[in-house]
Amino acid sequence: MLTLFLIFFPLLASLVLLLFRPQNAKMWAFIASIIELIVSLVVAFLFDKSDVTSQFSYSTPWIASMGLNLSVGVDGISLLLVLLTTVLVPFIIYSSFNNTYDKPATFYGLILMMQMALVGVFVALDGLLFYLFWEMALIPIYFICLIWGGEFRGRITFKFFVYTLAGSLFMLVALVYIYFQTPGSHSFDIQALYVAGRALPLMEQSWIFWAMFVAFAIKMPVFPFHTWQPNTYTVAPTQGTMLLSGIMLKMGIYGLIRWLVPLVPAGVQEWGYTAIILSVIGIIYASCIAIIQKDMKRLIAYSSIAHVGLISAGLLTLNPIGMQGAMIQMISHGIIVFGLFFIVDIIFQRTKTHSLSELGGIKNVAPILATVFTIVMLGSVALPLTSGFVGEFLLLNSLFQYQPIIGAIAGLTIILGAVYMLRTFQKSMSGETNDFTKNFIDLTSHEKRVLYPIVILIVLIGVYPDPILSISESAVNNLLTLFSDSTASLK
Amino acid sequence: MNSLYVICGLGIVALLAEITSLKKRLTAVMIVGLVVAAGLVVLDWGTDITYFSDMIVFDNFSLAFTSLISIVSVLWFWMCGDYFMDTHQTDKSALVLFAIAGAVVMASFNNMAMLFLGIEILSISLYALAGSKKGSLFSNEASFKYFLMGSFATGFLLLGIAFVYGATGSFQIDIISDFIMIHKDGLPTFFYAGVMLMFIGLAFKISAVPFHFWAPDVYGGSPTSITAFMSTVVKIAAVAAFYRVFSFAFAEIESSWLIMIEVVCVATLVVANITAVYQNDAKRMLAYSSVGHVGYILLGFLADPVTSSSLVLYYLSAYAVSSLGAFAVLSIIEREHGNLSLDNFNGLFKRNPFLAVAMTIALLSLAGIPPLPGFFGKYMVFALALENGFTGLVIVAVITSLIGVYYYFRIIIVMFMKDPMGAPTKLSFSENVLATLLIISTLIIGLFPGWLLSLIGS
Repeated sequence: MLTLFLIFFPLLASLVLLLFRPQNAKMWAFIASIIELIVSLVVAFLFDKSDVTSQFSYSTPWIASMGLNLSVGVDGISLLLVLLTTVLVPFIIYSSFNNTYDKPATFYGLILMMQMALVGVFVALDGLLFYLFWEMALIPIYFICLIWGGEFRGRITFKFFVYTLAGSLFMLVALVYIYFQTPGSHSFDIQALYVAGRALPLMEQSWIFWAMFVAFAIKMPVFPFHTWQPNTYTVAPTQGTMLLSGIMLKMGIYGLIRWLVPLVPAGVQEWGYTAIILSVIGIIYASCIAIIQKDMKRLIAYSSIAHVGLISAGLLTLNPIGMQGAMIQMISHGIIVFGLFFIVDIIFQRTKTHSLSELGGIKNVAPILATVFTIVMLGSVALPLTSGFVGEFLLLNSLFQYQPIIGAIAGLTIILGAVYMLRTFQKSMSGETNDFTKNFIDLTSHEKRVLYPIVILIVLIGVYPDPILSISESAVNNLLTLFSDSTASLK
Repeated sequence: MNSLYVICGLGIVALLAEITSLKKRLTAVMIVGLVVAAGLVVLDWGTDITYFSDMIVFDNFSLAFTSLISIVSVLWFWMCGDYFMDTHQTDKSALVLFAIAGAVVMASFNNMAMLFLGIEILSISLYALAGSKKGSLFSNEASFKYFLMGSFATGFLLLGIAFVYGATGSFQIDIISDFIMIHKDGLPTFFYAGVMLMFIGLAFKISAVPFHFWAPDVYGGSPTSITAFMSTVVKIAAVAAFYRVFSFAFAEIESSWLIMIEVVCVATLVVANITAVYQNDAKRMLAYSSVGHVGYILLGFLADPVTSSSLVLYYLSAYAVSSLGAFAVLSIIEREHGNLSLDNFNGLFKRNPFLAVAMTIALLSLAGIPPLPGFFGKYMVFALALENGFTGLVIVAVITSLIGVYYYFRIIIVMFMKDPMGAPTKLSFSENVLATLLIISTLIIGLFPGWLLSLIGS
């Protein structure tokens, strides 16, 4: 029942906001997200790490004639992502307290509705239910970007919408195809789908792999399905960008782990190499573009493509180290990218520009901001003792084991990442102050309350990642056992 | 049958209202009467009683469609109060009610003659209604075009019925079906010609491509209220009639018409959805979209001609509720601006957020975005078609629904993004209630489709 609460409480809160439009909408939304956070921490506390099956499960028929069940549950992998969502959403809402949005009740209502769909995606144990939540996550974020976004938002957000919708339709076709392979009166239950999917011949597993991989690759995004992403991140309001990059792209990675690898293992084995190559190309390509970006928001958008490429590549090595690396890197990336976008927003609010060439010397007038930025940035370039290091190290390790040359190429991400992040730091923080930055005010107490916890989290996870790794460990191992069993039986 | 009596009675009351003092409250009387008609369906549920020497039968299929037609008509009357207010209130009400009676007959005939009667009762009323904005040239054009094309189509239908009668010796659906089953291999060629002619006649009525050419002009030229009526009530009745003929009578010889309907289905999906992209008038766009939805229904029908009745009912309910929502907003915009060019939707979210949200939900449902009913309708059509091996058609349909997303979102984008034109839009209390009701029923049909699907078992 706790899982159901986690899904439907944000929806309830969102409906209250949308229908009654209370005066102090941001406060209500913040309180709601805190309650959600507390409940999710209770779930984490009660969670039994040694148990590999889904806990807190709940299942009831929803639409019997379609084989759709409201079937949800939490295992280690789900739990980490649910926690990421429930931790980041209060931060995202709180970070907006300085911004004034037109029609605040709608804005915060949509954020909470988004949270409902995100949690739903991470806990769904029914194929069609997963698809429904997957699509439902798209609607609120689309309207957040469309209503409160920047210039040319109509065209850009529409491209985003159609791109992701087209991708997920392929996924739906693949899911329905496997659904009809399940025995008896058919079922969308995840275990039934696993069994049916694994029994398919290689040819069919291959096209299902691609149909679903494309859907996930668009969401993450992996090269060459990334073209919607930089524009959308740039045009979205800050909180929208945070939702998109902090949580929503993890839907794609989660999809790979839960709905692709165990579903069509032979397809993954056949085409995983190609997918890894695409991801690695994405790492290098996006890093190189990030180096020459002039707009800070775009730069972080490209850096996000690079980081996600590494996660997806490491994950598809299907090595426990890579899987665990992907898990922790998802958490770390979510926190870091939230911090980066918030800092960019702070700079934008003070100087009204995202352009690196117009910034400079902020360090001289705002030392605290510069320090915080340094730590977050070091997390992003994966310096040891930051959260970014743990994840990237594990991911690169798995890639080296998979094939040293691929590992070496992917390893360039650390160097290139250092180049573009340090360049950003240099251009914005160092140097002489100019007209844009000379009246720059250092962090206010509100901003400190957002950024200090982020900094603490980055360092804490970097120094002591064990609690996080241990949550997902048994679930990851279970998944890989499933995978190797079924590929072994094929041979 | 009781519902049909009530609807016909209401029509006569409407005519008589001219000479009584009932006139002011006529719309309210119509709404109450139609609610009663929808409710009376419950009494007949599961009885399968036939009337007039088996010419008309009220089985669960026809009862479900009768009640759907009545409920949609209630909402329609509520929405179009203004339309009746200016002139000829009683005449227009009576015509609409007779059209509804025709629609009920089209859903429940058991005899080809009754089918013809139903179509004519419906169509002749509509020819007049399409031209009911007497001063407008477009309305006159719509009426005239509809009349010419409609009578032409009826000609095809009649000739088809005659051929089928010639081959099978009966007008009765069930007897024809039995006859076909026994003489499956010995049917004369002109029987198949008859089936084809009937298909053409009915394809005109459901406006499937390439028999759709009347639709955009007639939909565009008629008063907006009548357009809403045509694209909901009339569409439901036409699809029900089509389904009854081809599923109840001709299902045995599926192989002879399958290819024909497949071609029409693909043409409908592709042509209608692509043409809709180029429309700059919201009404014409919805007209093409309504043609496009016929394509999805045909696909569902093709996938399984015998057992898809609950799917067709669900799809039509979802479509009707969403279209009514869209048309309700359209008629308010038309009242404010005088026409329905897309620019008039600019900044509607700022002018009246509630109206914009209602329109958005309606359009998202028509576009097939979960968890709205339009999605489940399309999903079931696709799933059924995949199950029965129509993979190619499903791919076409998936692509056309993506095209659909494009033109529905054109309205959504301007509503939320552009700067508002003109003053805030004010809604009356009754309009607010209606819009809320439509939103809630859209959500209910979407989130809990089970009861509607189990209503008429296969």
